[in-house]
Amino acid sequence: MTTKEALINYCLRIGDTSLILGQRMSEWCSNGPILEEDIAMTNIALDHIGQARTMLTYAGELEGKGRTEDDFAYKRHEREYYNSLLSERPNGHFGDTVARNFLQSAYFYHLYSALSSSKDNMIAAHAAKSLKEVTYHLRHSAEWVVRLGDGTEESKEKIQTSFDEIWEYTGDLFEMNEVDDVLIKEGIAINQTEIKAKWDKTVDEVLVRAKLQRPKDAYMHSGRLNAIHSEYLGHLLAEMQFLPRAYPDAKW
Amino acid sequence: MNYTKEQIWQFLAEIPDPEIPVITIEELGVLRDVEILPDKVIVTITPTYTGCPAMKLFEDDIIKTLHSNGIENVEIKMVYSPAWTTDWMSDKAKEKLEKYGIAPPVSGSQDKGFLFESGPKTVRCPQCKSTNTTLKSQFGSTACKALYSCNNCLEPFDYFKCI
Repeated sequence: MTTKEALINYCLRIGDTSLILGQRMSEWCSNGPILEEDIAMTNIALDHIGQARTMLTYAGELEGKGRTEDDFAYKRHEREYYNSLLSERPNGHFGDTVARNFLQSAYFYHLYSALSSSKDNMIAAHAAKSLKEVTYHLRHSAEWVVRLGDGTEESKEKIQTSFDEIWEYTGDLFEMNEVDDVLIKEGIAINQTEIKAKWDKTVDEVLVRAKLQRPKDAYMHSGRLNAIHSEYLGHLLAEMQFLPRAYPDAKW
Repeated sequence: MNYTKEQIWQFLAEIPDPEIPVITIEELGVLRDVEILPDKVIVTITPTYTGCPAMKLFEDDIIKTLHSNGIENVEIKMVYSPAWTTDWMSDKAKEKLEKYGIAPPVSGSQDKGFLFESGPKTVRCPQCKSTNTTLKSQFGSTACKALYSCNNCLEPFDYFKCI
């Protein structure tokens, strides 16, 4: 595997996770529990879609076959997507969304902190830029974890269940393959075990503050690296890609 | 090319932000560079937020402004590094923001606090100037703003948040 091939795949992992989480967050538009949260969640959706655009555009440039960000977003099938299994989990109730976003945002926060000094200029610039945005996402979700966890009996029970149910999708975030080996050697990517250590610390800090139990590590699903997904991604793509597939090359 | 770089910069410096028309793309720090080549003009800009929908309007306005000055061949280059920061916003721009009803970024320093260390910050109400204000939401009417309300005059207001 060449460095370029590895880098294209790496961009898709980051870009796809941002895109799918952005799409998920946009599903909250007009469905938020309160107006402020409706606005917050659609703001976060927009940030993620912006981040996805940068990475998918860059993947297209590296590939050199003329594929645009839209080609990547709308013309790939489920088995060509490299997003995390966590990002495609359904929104569920507000607490489910908060738990998912917190775990994914803590990952992005530490990933982008590390990638800000990547030897690939575009990855470094994207990471430094996105870090500013995901810092707000992390703080937003962490505050809600605490508010719900240290809230009423009902909110505590609900968000604890959210964490317990989603935990088995977190292992997938930290898996590595040949792509990582090639890019770590070049100083472009970061070893996921380093991210995992920092992620653990952040997650523990927030869960303790929220008076919640950290779920026990047991069976972990795997799939992201091989573009294998849960049943939910296909449904999400069907909705997201409907228009460009039904009306190819439609223009506004 | 009949214009100097400074002249072209001047044309572009007057383009207002489409969302906040009291400040220009120059004052905002979005306009980064102008380069004159024999066959075209390259304008370099940087996004405030990666998903900011105003960026497309910035691009259209730049092209329109240069076309109206007889410069036909324009290329827009988007750069991400150094990442845009509210530190680039001039004091004059901050004053204009406050007059417009948006509380400007406080002290111009980046709010680096992560998780809970960020602490409460004193944000002044742009209407009555009271500092007795409360953060309602970190996310406001656009990606770059947070939502506050004033405990003195009871008006809600936008705060241009530090990044």
